[in-house]
Amino acid sequence: MPRCTQVVLPLAAALVLAGCGGPSDDAAGTTASTRGAELDGTLTVFAAASLTDVFTELGEQLEQENPALDVRFNFAGSSALATQISQGAPADVFASADEPQMAVVTDAGLAEGDPAVFASNVLQIAVPAGNPAEVGRLADFAREELALAICAPQVPCGAAAEDVFAAAGVTPRPDTLEEDVRAALTKVELGEVDAALVYTTDVTAAGDAVEGVDVPGAEQAVNEYPIAVLAEGPNPEAAAAFVDLVRSEEGQQALADAGFRIP
Amino acid sequence: MSRSREPGVPVPLLVPAVLAVAFLVLPLVGLVVRAPWGELWPQLTSPAVGEALRLSLVSATAATALSLVLGVPLAWVLARSRARGRSVLRALVTVPLVLPPVVGGVALFLVLGRQGIVGRWLDQAFDVTIPFTTTAVVIAETFVAMPFLVISVEGALRAADARFEDAAATLGADRWTTFRRVTLPLVAPGVAAGAVLCWARALGEFGATITFAGNFPGTTQTMPLAVYLALQQDPETAIVLSLVLLVVSVATLLLLRDRWLTRGVR
Repeated sequence: MPRCTQVVLPLAAALVLAGCGGPSDDAAGTTASTRGAELDGTLTVFAAASLTDVFTELGEQLEQENPALDVRFNFAGSSALATQISQGAPADVFASADEPQMAVVTDAGLAEGDPAVFASNVLQIAVPAGNPAEVGRLADFAREELALAICAPQVPCGAAAEDVFAAAGVTPRPDTLEEDVRAALTKVELGEVDAALVYTTDVTAAGDAVEGVDVPGAEQAVNEYPIAVLAEGPNPEAAAAFVDLVRSEEGQQALADAGFRIP
Repeated sequence: MSRSREPGVPVPLLVPAVLAVAFLVLPLVGLVVRAPWGELWPQLTSPAVGEALRLSLVSATAATALSLVLGVPLAWVLARSRARGRSVLRALVTVPLVLPPVVGGVALFLVLGRQGIVGRWLDQAFDVTIPFTTTAVVIAETFVAMPFLVISVEGALRAADARFEDAAATLGADRWTTFRRVTLPLVAPGVAAGAVLCWARALGEFGATITFAGNFPGTTQTMPLAVYLALQQDPETAIVLSLVLLVVSVATLLLLRDRWLTRGVR
C-alpha cells in the first residue's frame, strides 16, 4: 500500500510556504546564524503532555528564527503518541515522558540514531490551594476517607507512582486511576480530590490553584525524557534543529524554569 | 448486476448505500481480522474483564431506566405542551448531543462535584459525595444518552394520531389517564427504539464517565475505559476487549428485539 503521507506532507508544506509571505517578527538578538541555513516547510513534533508549555515556547522561538518554518505540535500521553507513530503518523520528532514508550518507537526502527535524554521529572503530591485535607506525606494516600487520584499503571506517571509507593511501603487507596497526568491534575484544580500524585512540573504549570508537597523517596522513580528524530519524518533538517534547540543551553534553561531536572 | 435492476432499488440509491455499508462495516472487519482470537477466551473469563463488563451492562441499563422515567415525560412536554419557550427548551435539552462528553463531565463536576453548586450542599448536609462512585457513572451516562431517547419519543408523539387522544378525552378520560392508556401504547415502538439508542449510547460512553466518575476497577471502570487504558500498553488486548463489548451488546439487542421490540409493534 502506498504511504499517502509522503505525498500529502510536501503538499501541505508547499501550501504553508505559499501562505507564509507575511511580515515576520523582527525579534532582536535571535541566534539563527549559529544554527546555519534557514529552515522551511512544516515541522511536526509529537511530545508528552507534560512538555506542552516549554515546547510551545521553544517552537515559537524556532519559528521566529526561521520565518519560513511552521512548527506544529501534537501533545498527548506518551503511550498514545508512540502508538500513533507506530501506525504511521507523519511526525518529525518524538519526545517521550519515559524510556519504555520511546523504546516502542526505536524497537520498530522508526527513530534516526539513538534517542537522547534531555530532561527528567519526579513525582510530587499535588493538593488544592490551602491543602484542606492536610495531606503531607505518601502515607496519607492510604487514608480511606480522602478522595485521591493517581495515574493508571498503563501510563508513565502511573508506573512511576507504583514504584514510589512500593519503595515507601505504602498501599495506596485511590478513588480513581487517571488516564494521564493532566487529567489527575485537573481533578485537583477543581477541588474534587484531596490529593493526586503528579509530576513536579505539572504542579509548577498549574499555578496558584494547586500546591505541591515534596515526596521523600521520589528519587526512586525518576522519569527520564528521551527525544529522537524520526526516520520517516518529512523535514529532517528542521527536526535536527529542534532537537538541538531543546538540548542547547537556552532550551535546557527553559526546561529548568518549568521545573524539569536537566542532565 | 442485472439483478439489482429489480423494482425499488434505483442505482443512484444502491451505489451510495453499498458505500455506506462498506464505510460502516469495514472498520469492524478490521477489528475482527486483527483480533488475536486465542486471547478471546482467557480475556472473557478473566475477573477484571468480567467486572468491567458487568459494570457496563448494569450502569447502561440503570441509565436507560432513569432516562425512561425522566425522558418520556419531557418528550411529552416538548411534543404536546403549548407553553412558550418550548423550542428554546428543546435546544437546551439536546445540548448534550453536541457537547464534547469530556466537557459534559467537567460540567457535571461544577454541579454535582464536591465543590459543585448542588454537590457542596449534598456533601455538607447529607455527607453524600457523588464523583468517583458507580452512581456518578450512571449520571454521566444518563446525561449523554437521555437526549437520544427524548428526541425519538418526541418524534413518535408528533407522528402519532392525536385523534385517539381527543376521542379518549371526549369519553371522559383525564389527560393523565389518556397518556397512560392511549398515548403510551400508541408510541411504544418509538419509546422502545429510543430506549435502545439510549442504552447503546450509554454503553459506549467514555468522555463524561472518565472525567466525572474517574476510573477505578469494580466501581467506575466500564468497558470503554478499560479498552482505552489497554490501548495505552497493549493494542491487542484492547481489540479483544472491544470485540467482547461488541458481541455482548449485539447479542443483548438481538435478544431484546425478539422478546420485546416485536411485541411493542403489535
